[in-house]
Amino acid sequence: MTEQTPRLRLAGISKHFGAVQANNDIALEVAPGEIHCLLGENGAGKSTLMNILYGLVRPDAGAIFLDGKPATIRSPHQAIELGIGMVHQHFMLVPTLTVAENVILATRPLLSLRRLGESVIRDRRAIERQVGEVAQRYGLKIDPAARVSALSVGEQQRVEIVKALYRGVKLLILDEPTAVLTPQETSDLFKTLRDFTAAGLSIILITHKLHEVMAISDRVTVLRDGKVVGRRVTRQTDTHELAELMVGRDVRLTVEKRAAQPGAPALVVEALTVLGAHGRRLLDQLSLQVAAGEVLGVAGVDGNGQRELALAITGILRPDSGSITVEGKALTGAMPRQIADASVRHIPEDRQQMGLILDFSAADNFVLKQFSRLPFTRRGLLQPATILAHAQRLIRAFDVRTPSPALPVANLSGGNQQKVVLGREIDSNPRVLVAAQPTRGLDVGATEYVHKALIAQRDAGAAILLISTELEEVLALSDRIVVLYEGRIVGEVPGDRANTQKIGLMMAGVQAALQPVERWGTNTNEA
Amino acid sequence: MTTVTLSRQTGATLWRNIALPLLAILAALLVGALMLALSGFDVAAAYGALWSGIFGNARNIGEALLRATPLILVGAGIAIAFRCGIWNIGAEGQFYMGAAAGAFVGLQAGALSPWLAIPTALLAGALCGGLWAAIAGWLKVRLGLNEVVTTIMLNYIAIGIVGYLVTGPMQEASRYNPQTDEIAAGMVLPRLLPGMRVHAGFLLALLLPVLASILLFRTPWGFALRAVGYNPVAAQHAGIRVNRQYVLAISLSGALAGVAGAVEVLGVIGRLYENISPGYGFTGIAVSLLAANHPIGVIFSGLLFGALTTGAELMQLTAQIPSSMTFILQGLIIAFLVSFRALQGRVWPRG
Amino acid sequence: MEWLIGLQALLQATVRMAAPLTFTAVGETYGERAGVINIGLEGLMLIGAVTAYAVAFASGNVWLGVFAAGLAAATFGVLFGVVTITLGANQIVAGAALNLIGLGLSSFIYRAFFGSVTNRAIQPLETVKIPLLNQIPVVGPVLFEQNLLVYAALLLAPLAALVLNRTMLGLALRSVGEHPKATATAGLSVIGLRYAAVAFGGMMAGIGGAYLSVAYANQFVENMVAGRGFIALAIVVFGRWSPLGALWASLLFGFTFALQLRLQAQSIPIAYQFLQILPYVATIVAMILLRGQSAQPKALGVPYTERT
Repeated sequence: MTEQTPRLRLAGISKHFGAVQANNDIALEVAPGEIHCLLGENGAGKSTLMNILYGLVRPDAGAIFLDGKPATIRSPHQAIELGIGMVHQHFMLVPTLTVAENVILATRPLLSLRRLGESVIRDRRAIERQVGEVAQRYGLKIDPAARVSALSVGEQQRVEIVKALYRGVKLLILDEPTAVLTPQETSDLFKTLRDFTAAGLSIILITHKLHEVMAISDRVTVLRDGKVVGRRVTRQTDTHELAELMVGRDVRLTVEKRAAQPGAPALVVEALTVLGAHGRRLLDQLSLQVAAGEVLGVAGVDGNGQRELALAITGILRPDSGSITVEGKALTGAMPRQIADASVRHIPEDRQQMGLILDFSAADNFVLKQFSRLPFTRRGLLQPATILAHAQRLIRAFDVRTPSPALPVANLSGGNQQKVVLGREIDSNPRVLVAAQPTRGLDVGATEYVHKALIAQRDAGAAILLISTELEEVLALSDRIVVLYEGRIVGEVPGDRANTQKIGLMMAGVQAALQPVERWGTNTNEA
Repeated sequence: MTTVTLSRQTGATLWRNIALPLLAILAALLVGALMLALSGFDVAAAYGALWSGIFGNARNIGEALLRATPLILVGAGIAIAFRCGIWNIGAEGQFYMGAAAGAFVGLQAGALSPWLAIPTALLAGALCGGLWAAIAGWLKVRLGLNEVVTTIMLNYIAIGIVGYLVTGPMQEASRYNPQTDEIAAGMVLPRLLPGMRVHAGFLLALLLPVLASILLFRTPWGFALRAVGYNPVAAQHAGIRVNRQYVLAISLSGALAGVAGAVEVLGVIGRLYENISPGYGFTGIAVSLLAANHPIGVIFSGLLFGALTTGAELMQLTAQIPSSMTFILQGLIIAFLVSFRALQGRVWPRG
Repeated sequence: MEWLIGLQALLQATVRMAAPLTFTAVGETYGERAGVINIGLEGLMLIGAVTAYAVAFASGNVWLGVFAAGLAAATFGVLFGVVTITLGANQIVAGAALNLIGLGLSSFIYRAFFGSVTNRAIQPLETVKIPLLNQIPVVGPVLFEQNLLVYAALLLAPLAALVLNRTMLGLALRSVGEHPKATATAGLSVIGLRYAAVAFGGMMAGIGGAYLSVAYANQFVENMVAGRGFIALAIVVFGRWSPLGALWASLLFGFTFALQLRLQAQSIPIAYQFLQILPYVATIVAMILLRGQSAQPKALGVPYTERT
């Protein structure tokens, strides 16, 4: 395989953003017909590297060779011309357009009098047929006339792939393609990718999931802190070695904790239903209980109702039916403020959008939920000195690295921003804490800090509902685990006896569990 | 370490809020000069006339204060709305409604003591302007209508209503002109200095922005309002009632525009007629933006724009340069300012 | 029969009144579909009106005036683009500035160059009857006895709809206002498309303004656009961001204008102000009725930065 001219060769690619060296002298080779995994943690520089390759980011230094020829790629347009296609983690599809329209976008001259025939769309049906044929040729089931907004996430991903194929792609980049898929859909995708490579296509798969690397790739390049820390032929390595390379030490995510001392149920959710657009059940008769002093982990693939569950419990979303009780007090349909008064705290999944006012200082963000109360407001006026003192105390207590409490939190790192949220939410020793994706996008150190803080709250007697799509995290922290699938709880396992496979099956829904995860293993052997 | 960063931050803020506006004014004057030169005017004479039109004598200064009064009041109101992230483009209509209410009280309450009647008229102006603005707020939060479009529509509706009032139910007794009778003499706002037209309304234009500033930056209500303006989602998550903030902010914004309308009737014009505002509601947007939506800053930017207006009028008289030059300069100042701010945001994100 | 003639005159006036709105609103529809809202249409129309008048007056050629108006307003559209697209400044604010500049500049030019001219009228744009078609009762005179600019406006809307819905360019425009990043990753230039859209929008607003001075009033009057730029903005919403919708909405608004003038002329005892405010009330009512199923482009008013 390596004797051939590589489809892609990257040499000495470097890129910095401000003081951060996102890519540092990176070299990479991908052979024709190869599936090459780019493995690394969040922030390791994988996306930057691929954005450089796709012309979205300019490198500071380095060279790109395609089929042995040097290439300069200044825009996605040039990347596409050179046969590079990319399936972004957040799909780049226009929801109001049809599948066919999304696929043919920018594939012909916009408005050219000399080539008017190509600029004008005379027959929509013909185009839909064309797109349908491309999809069919690669075994991708898709309705070209459907509006993208009406498609499921898995279908949208197929549209993205068809978009690349329609443009005659030779090198396909997929950025965390399985983050939004069920195990079933994932194995379908992997099968499809195998078919592509049989036809000579090269594939780069960006991921941070070790089992995927083992299941699908031929070779793997590991990035850490913007540098290549290892290259392996997949068959000659194992998850343990890759994990060490990726993190720089043994990763088995473990959090030191004592056995839980669960008390009385603190949060009781009964038959909670939340309806979405077109009457779709985002939460469907969902029931769960969290006792004081325990962590209940909610596992599941993103988009199965995690968001709605957290928002309904904290009063931001009004449930359509069902009940929510906190320490015996009925709080169904209460205002967010009332729920907060019942000592329910919330670490929202998107801290920048929901958790913080980025233009406000850390001090103001710390009092975001209490600013109108004593002692922060007296006689109708805010008390800046009190607010500042409060901030200084929390900055010390939660080790927030900021030069000044008056600095807008937009200037802080993700980890420090999360500490501000954490400080605000758990300073008052809550009875119930809803933690949604609490470590998303954080580095290892910050993640560890957050995990320790959550366990400390548990030991202090709080009932903790941990909603996370990171299975590792759920496994490491939870005393009990429930699995969320299409708005329902489809299974429960005690934390200590839980294993990845069993939960993985449940994450795919009870029926889909027949398509076992183990099959991925066979794929590896074929490769 | 801490002190250095703190001072750097205040330095950046200072730069943003004072140096950039000055730079924008300079750039606008330069482009204006180029335009005058291209049109064959003597630039030095023109700007000389502008200068003396503003600072030439005490009377001119008084006139500038007079012109600044409605601009400051309207601008302070717009600052409140913009701080909350609600785009009130409807100050013009709110001004008209306030003017109508002020005139109505002014015509009816002549028998009362001025100590009672004048505040009543001003309050009526505030109330009408506020309620008029509240319509757009209500349409936004209840029905999800974009306030940019609704406030613009409400402007023309308000202007139409005033047109109807002064040709119909409130028309002067002689039924000759489309205007009301003059308000009772006791209702006229007292002048501040002999020989100048500037009136007690100017004091209001100094007082209300200060109150607005305290409200915005020193009260929990202002805290909630600004939180909504920066990030309504996070504000809602924090238990702030976002919709209520929107309605309150735009109502208060409209109330200030309404007061401006009433003050204009009681202090300068003495009656209501069809086109009572030369675009104060729109210029007020520029006044607020120039001050980075800070009510105290609005006092200064309002004074600047008021001075530009009087200066340009004298420039027309003495140098025969069309006074519409003011609009060009005002527009250019805003265009340059938003450009500079955007540019600065790119060079030093979130400086 | 008299009422028929009255109706015919009313409808004829409706179409005449609708034409400038159609130009401006169709142009703005393109801009907004590309994700840029320009509340400075009023200013652009004024620039168009004064340019067309000045050039037509100086050259004696009305069409040269119209052309110049389109060019001048397109230039200001591009300047607006520099501020909002390239620099990413707030579009509402920049639009407000554009209104002030247009208002000031148009009246400045007029007063500076025509302040002392006594006979300021220009040759009116002639009516061009389309043979045969104008013989159709009522419809004939209404649609086929108009000046060329009216015909252009009536043709512009379907043509614009065709381009938007049936060409690769239209597809690109529709995507860039909905999901600019998807458009960029598909290999198109978001910035380029948006510039093209605001330049076109500016040009159309300029021609709409030119219509007022050279085809409607045959002279320039200060602030003669009288809120039509803002109405065009409402028409875009009313027409649900489609060129044909904009045409229908323009005709509706044109009708209220025509009716109002007619009633005023016949001193019918309805306060004409109520007719004046009718279009604005209608816009709000329409927005209420059509709420929830908004066709507003997702990325409208949001600056695009290429930073990823």
